[in-house]
Amino acid sequence: MSTTTSPGTGVAPPGTVAAALRLTAYWSTVFRRTWRGGVVSALLTPLLYVVAMGVLLGGFVRADAAELEGATSYLAFVAPGLLAAHAMQMVIGETTYPVMSGVKWNKTYYAMHAAPIGIGAIVLAHLVFVGLRTLLACAAFVAVLTPFGLFATWYAPLLTVAVQVLVVGAFAAPVYAFSAGLDNEWAFNLLFRLGMIPMFLFSGAFFPVANLAAPLELLAKLTPLWHGVDLTRMVALGTVDAGAVVVHVAYLALLTAVGGWLAVRRLGARMVH
Amino acid sequence: MTEHLGSGSAVAGDVLIHARDLRKSFGSFEAVRGIDVDVPRGQAFGFLGPNGAGKSSTMRMVAAVSPPTSGTLRILGMDPSTHSSAIKARIGVCPQEDTLDLELTVRDNLVVYARYFGIPRRAARERADELLDFVQLGDKAGAMVDDLSGGMKRRLTIARSLVNRPEILLLDEPTTGLDPQARHVVWDRLFRLKAEGVTLVLTTHYMDEAEQLCDRLVVMDKGRIAADGSPAELVREHVAREVAEIRFAAADGSHVDLAERVAGFAERVEVLPDRLLLYSADGERAVADVHAAGLTPSTTLVRRASLEDVFLRLTGRTLVD
Repeated sequence: MSTTTSPGTGVAPPGTVAAALRLTAYWSTVFRRTWRGGVVSALLTPLLYVVAMGVLLGGFVRADAAELEGATSYLAFVAPGLLAAHAMQMVIGETTYPVMSGVKWNKTYYAMHAAPIGIGAIVLAHLVFVGLRTLLACAAFVAVLTPFGLFATWYAPLLTVAVQVLVVGAFAAPVYAFSAGLDNEWAFNLLFRLGMIPMFLFSGAFFPVANLAAPLELLAKLTPLWHGVDLTRMVALGTVDAGAVVVHVAYLALLTAVGGWLAVRRLGARMVH
Repeated sequence: MTEHLGSGSAVAGDVLIHARDLRKSFGSFEAVRGIDVDVPRGQAFGFLGPNGAGKSSTMRMVAAVSPPTSGTLRILGMDPSTHSSAIKARIGVCPQEDTLDLELTVRDNLVVYARYFGIPRRAARERADELLDFVQLGDKAGAMVDDLSGGMKRRLTIARSLVNRPEILLLDEPTTGLDPQARHVVWDRLFRLKAEGVTLVLTTHYMDEAEQLCDRLVVMDKGRIAADGSPAELVREHVAREVAEIRFAAADGSHVDLAERVAGFAERVEVLPDRLLLYSADGERAVADVHAAGLTPSTTLVRRASLEDVFLRLTGRTLVD
């Protein structure tokens, strides 16, 4: 064995994207190891939700389209909301414990950082992995929904999946930033109980937020999930309001950008000192 | 290597690690308080010191993952604060705590890690197999890391730190927590690397490890370098050739009082909780003098002075955990 020459000699160090690409082997190994469990939940969970909430519970709901934000049935109303809410839950799951594992339990991030991989690349690769995985699950969800005949056009299912990119970013980046700086995982329970579950229940996935008292309605409309739900529903049902779309896209994109910036800062502060 | 001299600061000869007045503070705590170090190519260099002496902080700065607070630091001629990726591409790091991926196989740990360095997939696989042979884990290639013993994990970590054929290998307490057999296997592999010209930089608080592996070492204490030299030089400079270890029964009085009575029989006397150490060119003679003075130690032992005596002398007797 010769150890005197380096394959990196004379080669410029990689940029953030190139370095993140070097982590492909790692993340694809993680994917190969875990996709089986994901497939069951990606196909079965939406089906159970749609049957229980949309078909069975929805069977008791008598409301016209005006009351359901343009949806012709409760099933059509609730299904896009469930998709966005499901994306949020998946993303939060993927950016809490796995991030803690990277900095604390398995210290995989430290191993990466000992190699020529910068903090930005570590964050980018993990977020892209979470995004791809969640979008894959969302595509499965939409494939399950399509036979129920909810979508306004043939391309609505594709657009519905595409806008989940914004939902993914708006949750993945800020939650990653939150997790990256935590010493202890107990705070995840606060995030789940005080953030995720109330958002899941009250951000317009199950009922129009106009039914809430005015201050609570305002509060609901400030949550990223409401923007995601409303955007998803408009795209799925073909009830697009251009002004609202601009606001939703801008709000979710802003959260992604600020969250990403914070994530790099907080992970850097933790690992490089 | 001249294409890597991006910092503009030329380094004399082939000094791979060059530090001057290097300091590292965490808030108001100064972990490293101005050290000077030069490590030439091919040397096995050791940082010795009790816990909290600043060894790990120094290693992290050398590994280009912790920016120095002040002073000069050049690794392979480059400034780690501006060329960390270029430095990391050419060094290997074996951290104190294993950071292996427990859910991957032994071989995948190496292949995946090689990819971090931009090594093509095929070359990464070949390199992984070569390294598994080197650390004698070839038959464990398909095992999960979680199933390996501590010594095997350590060897895998060492193998992993070699995937990029590093010019400098940094080892932070490479054998802490290993049983004696496992330590000897690790030492043997490190000897081979040294023979191949890899520059080794290690921290340890095992004196035998330092004596075995290091051409040169510095003893660190409270963030400063307390002594510098080869193991033999340090013993020669800081302690006498022999040591007489003398124990007394409790009834004979306090060790501090007894130390005063035997002070004249040795170059220096150290008081330990359970015994006195008499440093002398002739240990047997010192023991004879003690008996001649009418003292009756319960046990006596004469031995050659070792690095451990140097270490205890320089870093004090207080146990730091």
